[in-house]
Amino acid sequence: MLGLLHSIEIAVGATIVGLFIGTCGAYGKLYGGPVVRDLLAVYTTVVRAVPELVLILLLYYAGTDLINQVLTAIGYQRVDINGLVAGIAVLGFVQGAYSTEVMRGAILAIPQGQIEAARAYGMSPGLLLRRITLPAMLPFAIPGLANLWLIATKDTALLAVVGFFELTLATRQAAGVTKAYLIFYLAAGVLYLAVTLFSNLLLGRAEKWARRGMPSIKDAR
Amino acid sequence: MVGEAAIINTAARASLWLQPHRIVLILIALGLVLSAAFFMRWDWLPQYWALGLMGIWRSLWILAVTCVLGFLIAVPVGLAQAAGSIWVAAPAKVFCTIIRGTPLLLQLWLLYYGLGSLFPQYPWIRESWMWPYLRQAWPYGVLALTLSFAGYEGEVMRGAFAGVPKGQLEAARAFGMSRWKIFQRVWLPQAFYRALPTLTGETVLQLKSTPLVATISVIDIFAVSSKVRQDTYLTYEPLLLLALIYMAITGILVLAFSRIEARIPVKVG
Repeated sequence: MLGLLHSIEIAVGATIVGLFIGTCGAYGKLYGGPVVRDLLAVYTTVVRAVPELVLILLLYYAGTDLINQVLTAIGYQRVDINGLVAGIAVLGFVQGAYSTEVMRGAILAIPQGQIEAARAYGMSPGLLLRRITLPAMLPFAIPGLANLWLIATKDTALLAVVGFFELTLATRQAAGVTKAYLIFYLAAGVLYLAVTLFSNLLLGRAEKWARRGMPSIKDAR
Repeated sequence: MVGEAAIINTAARASLWLQPHRIVLILIALGLVLSAAFFMRWDWLPQYWALGLMGIWRSLWILAVTCVLGFLIAVPVGLAQAAGSIWVAAPAKVFCTIIRGTPLLLQLWLLYYGLGSLFPQYPWIRESWMWPYLRQAWPYGVLALTLSFAGYEGEVMRGAFAGVPKGQLEAARAFGMSRWKIFQRVWLPQAFYRALPTLTGETVLQLKSTPLVATISVIDIFAVSSKVRQDTYLTYEPLLLLALIYMAITGILVLAFSRIEARIPVKVG
């Protein structure tokens, strides 16, 4: 159960980090200068082309090592990086690349007139983002982001490979001790499935809420 | 004349792409790469050359086999959801939900450790012809990856089968085609061309899940890099090289699929 808690903690953290990176990334890709745009293109291409497991190993081992080397170079003590923080950072970095693309598509899907109207009213860019862009892109972004959230919950299992204690590793240890492999793995599968189905329910609600006031999909057909 | 236009076109495209800031960025990246290559240790490379090539071959083999088998399972799964009665559609739906709702790593470990620990208890399995295979790790890896691909692609095929215009099927029926002929000649090709772009994405995703089989002791390219890391105590070099190899394979896959996709409009509508 502690394993499940850890898994969900990481998934939530990674999604939040990913959403933040994604929003900034999408803005950079759409409105940034050419240098920012190219750097972001490299980031999303590389992260999306390399397997998550390799990225996790690379960022988990190399990332912590790099931070420590930099710290010792400036003259600080080595720090032991918390596994939870490292996991969230690593998965958030991976999620950020995917959500950048989702957000970019969603922002592009907003009718241009809405943004122009807001500008014509004299809204500042911050206000425009908060009042118009974010709420208007939400219905377009939610299906993609829901997908990302589900991927995040399942990617936490990969952290078992680098030895972080979460649901899959907990299951493996329990199964190894009791020799009842099948039962424990099936139970873990049911737990993951329950998380998925439960979040599907919530995400359906969220989508309905975000789409309020918009023509329903059924009417459009 | 045509050739000239093509040359001008490529030149124009290159000059469009090679903007000044990009040249600076590329130079910076080249400097980083060169300094990295200079400061890193690559003396282990000749020793692991053959093993690495074997690992790449194994990864590609697993990718190809699981994608083809998975697609073969995905077609009936998708068809059942798109056209079957509730008694056929519901199990297919449940299959997709289970595959998509649980992590692949867990499915892999469930099959390998779970089923693998169950099988030896039954003499009739131990004495069957399948036992030599069931004792190895790779059949479980292939099975898990195949089922996973079938689960994700089954959902895609459902949409593809449902997306074929009804008129096409009605026309085929009006021609007096048998149900099997309609499926074989009209419905399946149409759905396949519709599913092809998503199939590219799924294949790349599948490539990215092949390293997971290394966790059940199948020697693919990922396992080779882990071995190098353990033998040489190096962290960055093998992992960076591994990432580069995966990126290269992804690039080749995407290019190949885009070549195939370029021919779709000829075949559909």
